[in-house]
Amino acid sequence: MSIEIRNVTKRFGEYAAVDGFSLEVASGSLTALLGPSGSGKSTLLRIVAGLETPDEGEVVLAGELATELAPQKRGVGFVFQHYAAFKHMTVRDNVAFGLKIRKRPKDEIAARVDELLKLVGLQAYGARYPAQLSGGQRQRMALARALAPEPKVLLLDEPFGALDARVRAELRDWLRRLHDEVHVTTVFVTHDQEEAMEVADRVAVLNEGRLEQVGTPVELYDTPTSEFVMRFVGDAHRLADRLVRPHDIALAREPSGRAVEVEVERITLLGADVRVDLVDGHGERLVARVPREELEELGLERGEILWAQPAAERVFVD
Amino acid sequence: MRRFAPRFVALGYLTVILLAPLAMVFWRTFEHGLSPFWHSLSSQETLHAFQVTLMITAIAVPLNTVFGVVVGLAIVRRRFPGKGLLNAFIDLPLALSPVVVGLSLFLLYGRTGWFGSWLTRHGVQMLFAWPSMALATIFVSVPFVAREVIPTLRELGDEQEQAASTLGASPWQTFWRITLPSIRWAVVYGVVLTTARCLGEYGAVAIVSGRIVGKTETATLLVQDSYERFDATGAYTVGLVLAAIAVVVLVIMTLTKPKESTA
Repeated sequence: MSIEIRNVTKRFGEYAAVDGFSLEVASGSLTALLGPSGSGKSTLLRIVAGLETPDEGEVVLAGELATELAPQKRGVGFVFQHYAAFKHMTVRDNVAFGLKIRKRPKDEIAARVDELLKLVGLQAYGARYPAQLSGGQRQRMALARALAPEPKVLLLDEPFGALDARVRAELRDWLRRLHDEVHVTTVFVTHDQEEAMEVADRVAVLNEGRLEQVGTPVELYDTPTSEFVMRFVGDAHRLADRLVRPHDIALAREPSGRAVEVEVERITLLGADVRVDLVDGHGERLVARVPREELEELGLERGEILWAQPAAERVFVD
Repeated sequence: MRRFAPRFVALGYLTVILLAPLAMVFWRTFEHGLSPFWHSLSSQETLHAFQVTLMITAIAVPLNTVFGVVVGLAIVRRRFPGKGLLNAFIDLPLALSPVVVGLSLFLLYGRTGWFGSWLTRHGVQMLFAWPSMALATIFVSVPFVAREVIPTLRELGDEQEQAASTLGASPWQTFWRITLPSIRWAVVYGVVLTTARCLGEYGAVAIVSGRIVGKTETATLLVQDSYERFDATGAYTVGLVLAAIAVVVLVIMTLTKPKESTA
């Protein structure tokens, strides 16, 4: 099911959390809403779910206007950052909740719950209470619960934000695989650019309640349309009034073209690549990332003077 | 030795303040054996007084339970003008002496009072009858359920309720399946406190009931009445039963309440 967000604005007092935001999400896609904290991404997701009402604009789900529809009538599954587990129910009852509300036959519910518990790897935990599960298990339970009524859209609000790094990485892979299996239109909110780039087909970058850019991870990384996006979806450094990615800096011993004189401050080996910390004549720091062979060819050492030149560059004119 | 000091102080205080008077009532009741106790307990007067008390409690507790939960939900989950005022008003019965409550009801429902004159003309007898006694009891026991439910609802947050709504539950279904089960111990605790308060109410009821023996006399009124008639055993007997109910209720509550207070 497709999602259309049309010109949505949401104010909290004077402050506009979402400010004239529009986005179309294609049916069956996996989209990330990426932005720093306070960029309005969670508010936007809650508006799509019906948990917040926009002050202006429209939400269209599967071609039907849903702006005024109550959350329970939207057919969306929602996963909260802090799980929102029903603490007084067992894992089974949590997952079965949406089906019981829909008054499905008992045997059908049991079969569907079994299937979902297997999908999220919690078959052995059906009789436990949420308090007896780890954070990662609780979040998988919450996912199974959201998927149980076969929602047309799955919305996840910083779903891995409360988990430690290892579990996060695990669940990320798992969400990607799940989406390849289930194909439900999925939108998740994150402030972690790596997470967005790794998991999503398309990433929408938000800044101060507005859409900065939307595209595939490669498009955002290679052809950012603003300085904000360039800086947010990867490292970017200033080299003589230009923004460059660390691996787009070419280093040479001789001056040429628009090359800038820099001093090598530090050299760090990162496997196949080497990170070279540089300082230019104005004391501005930048980082270059070069393949190891290239560095060995140059025979670089700390304190040396080099000439840095952007191999690829972006100039953003506001 | 020093680490035991706080508990000796606490226990000593409770012994002097709570246990000694209770023990005294117990001792005096059974001073002359069981038969005087049984005799006063089974008297018409005593049975009727307990009947009146139980009836009034049975009216006040359900009403204040529903009210407490509704007001708790309104205060914690909704925004509306006058919310702060409502929150403060719930506590009024705790701050106000029951005698003042009784007096104000007396003035309001008396023959010349605002409501009283109209009700009298329509043949409704409020004062010196159960309606005003129930009203007085409801008034003094208003805060307990709300005061238990409000902090529990705050701590609970509304994410589970939101999750239920995205899973297809209507507000009504969400209330019965998510909210109420999550606050059930707070409600139970509030009901117990409300019941205890209703059973023990004296001041407000004393004024509006007219204390008609065998008619509008509640258990607590009977204690005072018996005492004034030099029927010490009668007073102790009723007093003991009231105390025993309180103790039994508290014990049951302590035993059934789960370890985590909000689970």
